[in-house]
Amino acid sequence: MEKSLLIAGFGGQGVMLIGKTLCLTANDNGMNATFFPAYGTAQRGGTANCTCIISDEEIGSPVCETFDNLIVMNEPSYQKFAPTLKEGGEIILNSSMVTSRPADGVKYYAIDSIKIANDLGNTKVANMVILGAYIAVAGNLDVDQVKEQVKHALHGKEALFDINMKAIDAGIAAVKSA
Amino acid sequence: MKKEFLKGNEAMAEAAVRAGCRFFAGYPITPQNEIPEHLSRRLFEVGGEFVQAESEVAASYMVYGSSMTGTRCMTSSSGCGLALKAEGIGYITGARLPAVVINVGRGGPGLGQILPSQQDYLSATKAPSNGGARAFVLAPSNVQEAVDLVYEAFDIADKYRCVCYVLTDGVIGNMMEGVVLPEMRDLSSLPDKSDWVVTKRGPGPNTQFGNKRIITSWQNTGEELEATNQVFADMLEGWKANETRYEAYQMDDAEVVFAAYGTSARVAKTVVNKMRAEGIKAGLLRPITLFPFPEKPFEALDAAKVKKVICLEMSIPGQLIEDVRAFVDKKIPVEHFGRSGGVILKPEEAYEASKKML
Repeated sequence: MEKSLLIAGFGGQGVMLIGKTLCLTANDNGMNATFFPAYGTAQRGGTANCTCIISDEEIGSPVCETFDNLIVMNEPSYQKFAPTLKEGGEIILNSSMVTSRPADGVKYYAIDSIKIANDLGNTKVANMVILGAYIAVAGNLDVDQVKEQVKHALHGKEALFDINMKAIDAGIAAVKSA
Repeated sequence: MKKEFLKGNEAMAEAAVRAGCRFFAGYPITPQNEIPEHLSRRLFEVGGEFVQAESEVAASYMVYGSSMTGTRCMTSSSGCGLALKAEGIGYITGARLPAVVINVGRGGPGLGQILPSQQDYLSATKAPSNGGARAFVLAPSNVQEAVDLVYEAFDIADKYRCVCYVLTDGVIGNMMEGVVLPEMRDLSSLPDKSDWVVTKRGPGPNTQFGNKRIITSWQNTGEELEATNQVFADMLEGWKANETRYEAYQMDDAEVVFAAYGTSARVAKTVVNKMRAEGIKAGLLRPITLFPFPEKPFEALDAAKVKKVICLEMSIPGQLIEDVRAFVDKKIPVEHFGRSGGVILKPEEAYEASKKML
């Protein structure tokens, strides 16, 4: 089973971090994964997106035009990429920054990541909230393994482990209560 | 063995180190910058040398000099950077020196675009420099294969004393994928070059001025140069006979045959799978050596069975198609679909376009 995911937003929102974390987890689990980043010349504030493909078989093309899942972090990304969702696909949208909503019949989860992160005490973990939400929606990755990857990425900043783990849990809870 | 998850450029750079590369000279250009970035740190850890040269031309000559000492050496670049390095590549080839060159392809011609492209097929395979210089050209289509081929490229370069050229593109260079890295080569196990390196004296094929050795692409007479060129010609015939490589995917009963290399071959595989699911007998021939070109599987396509050959390439106009047309039976129509300029070929559009050709 092959699943394609596009994550899109502004540079600095954690688009690449979310994608890499998911693919690293899949790779460590013995699955095949490809991560292909695309970003403008500005690292922060420019547009950024990445394509993640996870499969238990050999992956053909690492890029595609239509996706099984979308994570959209801001309104311009929603406008640009919403039409690339495959029929029956699901969207996670960062409702803190996306005002539009998909047409009737399209399954989506609106996650107010900035509010959730602020409630936890740090706006910067908004991307971990979204990551948690995706784990809950996708259902093919182990939460604890994803958390281990995040801890690995935070190596040397152990003080931040707790809030990031809480943010992932809050993202999962947000999907379950949606 | 642990499968690491690495960016293509970093993985290729590490593969070079593990193959015994101990000298790299380069000059920054997107989309290959992670290769020099990795080596700028890594080579010093293993007792090697890294130079960020003042230009691409200088970098190519630093590799030329390094190779004369018998050191396994490499440079990497993209698009217009390779055009500049062409000068050094010709000298290295003419002087019969081993070296590895990686091209992480971007859009051209000229400055073009930093985005992924396959527009250097012809320059890599036909004329990487002046004077009829040819390089052994390998084309990986995923990160694991990129690692394996870079690792092997040093052996090929040493074996033939030639430039081994690894042609990739910005997708393979910049994507991350699971990869098992090869063993670190023991430098003492590498081929003995003591009979020709300039750091030794004594009798050798290049001994001049008493017992001193000289390495140059200059030849004193036309007859000598002609003799050297005959050596090259014989070497290229040997490559054709013994060194061609390709992958045949779903080819046994294929009526529609895709021809593609590198990233486009992965796109083609997705298209083949989609067509097979619909009952269309599609297959893929993927050259792994672009030069020597795998002529035989293309010559072997049976016009009574194969209705069409479709070349998928990230190049407009097509370039691979020139080689494919040269070897496919004239009764089989050969067509091209591609994107160019840094627009990445996608499987959905390749499928649609190919369906219209059937």
